Amino acid sequence: MEVIDSMLESLRSNHRVQLAIGLFIGIIFGFLLQKGGVTRYEVIVGQILLADFTVFKVMASAVITGMIGVHLLRSLGMVKLHPKPGSFGSSALGGLIFGVGFALLGYCPGTIAGAVGQGSVDALLGGVGGILFGAGIFAGAYPRLQEMVLKRGEFGDVTFPEILGVNPWAVVIPGVMILLGLLFWVEEMGF
Amino acid sequence: MMIECLSMKEWSPYLVGAGIGVLNILAFLLSDKPIGCSTAYTRASGMIERLLRGSKVNEKAYYRKFVPVVDWEVMLLAGIVLGAFLSANLSGEFRPEMVPALWRERFGSDPFLRIAVAFAGGVLLGLGARWAGGCTSGHGISGTTQLAASSWLAVICFFIGGIATAMILFGAGG
Repeated sequence: MEVIDSMLESLRSNHRVQLAIGLFIGIIFGFLLQKGGVTRYEVIVGQILLADFTVFKVMASAVITGMIGVHLLRSLGMVKLHPKPGSFGSSALGGLIFGVGFALLGYCPGTIAGAVGQGSVDALLGGVGGILFGAGIFAGAYPRLQEMVLKRGEFGDVTFPEILGVNPWAVVIPGVMILLGLLFWVEEMGF
Repeated sequence: MMIECLSMKEWSPYLVGAGIGVLNILAFLLSDKPIGCSTAYTRASGMIERLLRGSKVNEKAYYRKFVPVVDWEVMLLAGIVLGAFLSANLSGEFRPEMVPALWRERFGSDPFLRIAVAFAGGVLLGLGARWAGGCTSGHGISGTTQLAASSWLAVICFFIGGIATAMILFGAGG
């Protein structure tokens, strides 16, 4: 066990190896996104028009698999969680702004990179420039936004098991069951 | 057999999702971080701004938090472009497309209109992602995987905003 720990430690602290791992994971991620069809405008807009549930199927399967694996490794002490801090001013309001952009653009920051890779010119010329510009606007406005909105209704980097004060598995297991149930239901409805 | 499989046009969304879940587990294990995409845009945007305006850009509070350098996530994003190109090429699906078919049906084939709206959408997406502290990957997949309250709230709002806007754009019921 200690051998594995020190191996992981040296791997995680090697900057160049980390860049290579990021690239490697990205290549497979992009390959999978394209094979899943979610780099296509029609599929993403189809999801938010509630006509095509491919995006939901991909996301739910990813969360089910990841949730079990990450919590298993965490129970074994091999990984640490990194939940993001949140607040109503940031998570909810930012989420809604994101949603409007998501529908206008028809890609998200990850899938748009895949759309560029498969030849979508609107993604490359319009979308990527827009995202960079929007990220730049946020960086400029950050000090003011931080003061005015981002901290409104702050609740920190809590997880549901922490809020409920229970063992993580008491949420992971029902969570996986609910997601599986939703997937079966979506199939059953013929989407 | 292997090549046949890799050159298929489409894989089952369940298989694709499970694969992404495994990648997320690998990211935690090998890199001690969840998969996310949107901070890469912040760093890239900072690098571009620095080219235009010089190194004083580094002093902005947000760029002190997310230093504009090539990091793990920037490499991840570059990898996504490569991986999707590889996949589309193997299946013969790679082709330059100016205006997506669904857009054309509703709003016509003017490329400038499509690109202008894509740009406007991109601005809101980039702004909203950093406002919320993550995107469909960082919150939508990695954060929900960790059962983070912030991420579940954000992803629900992504879809509320998205569904409402799409219904207005395309008319309810598509």
